[in-house]
Amino acid sequence: MFKRKGHVPPKASYKEVWSKGDAADKLSFFFMGASALKNKQWAKGLSLLISEIVFLVWFIFSGASALSMLSNLGENKTKKVVFDQAQGVYVTKQPDNSVLILLFGIMALFLVIGFICLYVTNLRSTRANYIKKRDGKHIATNKEELASLLDSRLHATLMFIPLLGIILFTVLPTVFMISMAFTNYDRQHPIGFSWTGFQAFGNVLSGDLAGTFFPVLGWTLIWAVAATATTFLGGVLLALLIESKGIKHRKVWRTIFIVAYAVPQFVSLLLIAQFLDAQGPLNTLLQNWGWISWPIHFIDNEAAPWVARLTVIIVNMWIGIPVSMLVSMAIIQNLPQDQIEAARIDGANAFQIFHNITFPQILFVMGPSLIQQFIGNINNFNVIFLLTGGKPMNNNYNGAGSTDLLVNWLYNLTFGQQQRYNASAVLGILIFILSATISLIAYRHTTAFKEG
Amino acid sequence: MKSYSNQRKVSLFFRYLLLTILAILWLIPILWIVLASFSYNDTGFISTFFPEKWTFQNYIGIFTNSQFPYLHWIINTLLVAIISATLSTFIQISVAYVLSRLRFRLRKPFLQIALVLGMFPGFMSMIALYYILKGLNMLNLGGLILVYVGGAGLGFYVAKGFFDTIPRSLDEAAELDGATKWQVFTKIGLPLSKPMIVYTALTTFMAPWVDFIFSGIILSTSGDPKTYTIAYGLYNMLSSSKGSATTYFAQFVAGCVIIAIPITILFIIMQKFYVSGITAGADKG
Repeated sequence: MFKRKGHVPPKASYKEVWSKGDAADKLSFFFMGASALKNKQWAKGLSLLISEIVFLVWFIFSGASALSMLSNLGENKTKKVVFDQAQGVYVTKQPDNSVLILLFGIMALFLVIGFICLYVTNLRSTRANYIKKRDGKHIATNKEELASLLDSRLHATLMFIPLLGIILFTVLPTVFMISMAFTNYDRQHPIGFSWTGFQAFGNVLSGDLAGTFFPVLGWTLIWAVAATATTFLGGVLLALLIESKGIKHRKVWRTIFIVAYAVPQFVSLLLIAQFLDAQGPLNTLLQNWGWISWPIHFIDNEAAPWVARLTVIIVNMWIGIPVSMLVSMAIIQNLPQDQIEAARIDGANAFQIFHNITFPQILFVMGPSLIQQFIGNINNFNVIFLLTGGKPMNNNYNGAGSTDLLVNWLYNLTFGQQQRYNASAVLGILIFILSATISLIAYRHTTAFKEG
Repeated sequence: MKSYSNQRKVSLFFRYLLLTILAILWLIPILWIVLASFSYNDTGFISTFFPEKWTFQNYIGIFTNSQFPYLHWIINTLLVAIISATLSTFIQISVAYVLSRLRFRLRKPFLQIALVLGMFPGFMSMIALYYILKGLNMLNLGGLILVYVGGAGLGFYVAKGFFDTIPRSLDEAAELDGATKWQVFTKIGLPLSKPMIVYTALTTFMAPWVDFIFSGIILSTSGDPKTYTIAYGLYNMLSSSKGSATTYFAQFVAGCVIIAIPITILFIIMQKFYVSGITAGADKG
C-alpha cells in the first residue's frame, strides 16, 4: 500500500552548483541562506542567516572553549590555596566543576552537530533552487515556502517541538550519563574528575563491585523470569476461570481484581510493606489464631534473604496477575471457538484443551508483550523500592540489599551514601546491553516464528 | 443425563468458591488500607486488621496538618497535571500522527532510535536532568512539567497503533480533492482520533499523581513541603514519619485513600484502552 519512492540521484552535484551557480549560490557555501534571500524566500533566508550569525558568535565566545575543556574536564582537580596578586592575599581556589564542564561540552557538541545539519539543509535548498533555475522551472516564492510547512513538510512542523524535547530531555541526558561511565566521578572526586577510560567498567565487572554485581545480576534475572512467568500464568488461569461456562457477572469479578492494580503503587506497596511487617496486622492475626508463635519476618531487616525474595515475588503476583488477566480475557474472547468445539467432540478434556489449544494461542498473541514485560521486570524499580527498599541488608554486598535489583542498586549508588556516579552509569549501560540483547534475540526468534 | 448436570453444578460451585477465595485474597490489603485510615492511632504503627478505635479524625487531620500541607500538594499536582497533560497530549498525538500517516526520509531512523532510547533505564538520565534543570534554575514545579512534557515525544506507541488502523484511503481522497496535509490532519485525523486524545490526555494527566521518583529528585532540593506534589509529599511524609512524625501515620493512610479513589476509578474506566496499549506495543515499526 505504501510505495516508497526509489532513491532518485540528485540532478546536480554540489560541485556543479559551486562551479556553475551564480554569486548567490556560491555565497551560500559561506553565508547560509544567501541563495534563498536572492530568490526572495525571505523567511527561510533570514532564519538561516541569523542562525549562522548567532552560532558563530556563540562558538567564538563560549562554544569553542566549552568544547576544548571537554578534553580534560577542567584543569584544577583538587582544592588549592593560591596567592591572589590583585588582592595580595591567599585564597582557596575550588576545583573546576567537571559535571558542568561535561554537560556544557556535550551541549556544545549537540549544537555543533545541529549546526552542521542546518548547513546541509542550506546546501540542499541552494541546490534545489539552482536546479530549478537551470531547468527554467518555477522557484518557490516566500509564500509557497511557508505554505509547504503545512503541506509537504508538515512532518517537520509537527515534529519540531517534540524532537527538541526528546533531544534535550532524553538524548542529551543519556549521552551525558554514558560519558560519565568513562570518568572517575565518585565520592573521592566529587567536583573535579577526569576521563579514566574503562576503569569504572573494570571496577564493576572485576573490581570491588564485582562481588555485588554478579549476585545482584543473578537475582535480577531470577526475579524477571519468576515475576513474568507467575503473573502471566496466573493471569491466564484467572481469565480462563472468569470466562469459563456458567460464571455470571464477569465484569464485576474482573473489576474486583483490577482494583488491586489500579491503586497507585506508592500507596498499595508502601502499605503492604506495613501490612507484612513483623508487628503488622498479618503477623498479629496469625498469632491471634495461634498459627504461629513468633512473628514471621517477611521483608524487614531480620528477614532471611530468600523469604524476602519469595515475598516480593508473591506480592508482585498480587499486582501483576490482574493486568495479565485483563489482556488474556480480551484474547480469550476473540479465540476461534471451532477448534475448541472440535477438540471437545473428539473427547479432549479441559486440561488437554487448555494445554494444546488455548494456551499456545494466548502465548502466540502475547509473545511480544511478554518480552516487553520481561524487560519491564528487569527494570522494575518500584516494587522493590517501595516494598522492601532492598532489605534485608547484605553484608557481602556493596551498597545493595538482598532484594535489590540492578536498577535499585544503580539508584543507591547515585543517591545513597556510596556516591559512585561512574559505577551507576556503568550499570545503566550494562542494563541497556542486557535489555537490548534480550529483545534482539526474542525479536529475531518471533519473526522467524512468523515466517516459519 | 442427571448425573451430568449434577457434575456441572458441582464444578460451577467449586469455580465460584475458588473465585470468591481469590477475590477475598485480592481485596484484603485494599480493605485493610481503608480500615487503617479510620483507626485512631498515635504510635505510628497499625498492628491490627480492624481498628481498635474508630475515628474520622485522620481525614480532618490530613487537611489541617501544618507540617504536611496536603491541600497545597493537591493544588500543585493538579496544576502540573493539567499543564503537562495538555502539552503532552498535543505532542504525543502529533508525533504518532506524523509517524503513522506521513512518509519522510528520517521516519525509519527515528523509530529505531526511539526503540533504542527506550531501553536505557529511565533514571540513568536523572542526574543529568537534575543538573540541566539546576543550570536553568528550574528545580521547581515548572521544571517538573518540562521533564514530563520533554519525555512525552517517545510515548507515541499506543496512539500510533491507533492511527495505523484508520484507512489511508480517507487521506488520499481528501488530498485528491485538494486538501493540504495540514487540513487532512485537522479535519480528518484529529476528529477521528477523539477516543485516542481522551486516552492520551487521561494517562498523561494521571502520571504526575503517581510519580514520586522524578518529582522527589527535582522538588526535594527546595526543602519546602509546600512545593511538593502529592505523590512525593506522601512518600516523604512516610519516610520522614519514621523519625519525629510517627503520630501522623494514620493521617498518611487517609491521605493515600483520598488520592487513590479517583485514580482507581479513572483506571477502571480506562481498562479497555489499557489492553490495547499493551498489545499495541507488540508491533513497533
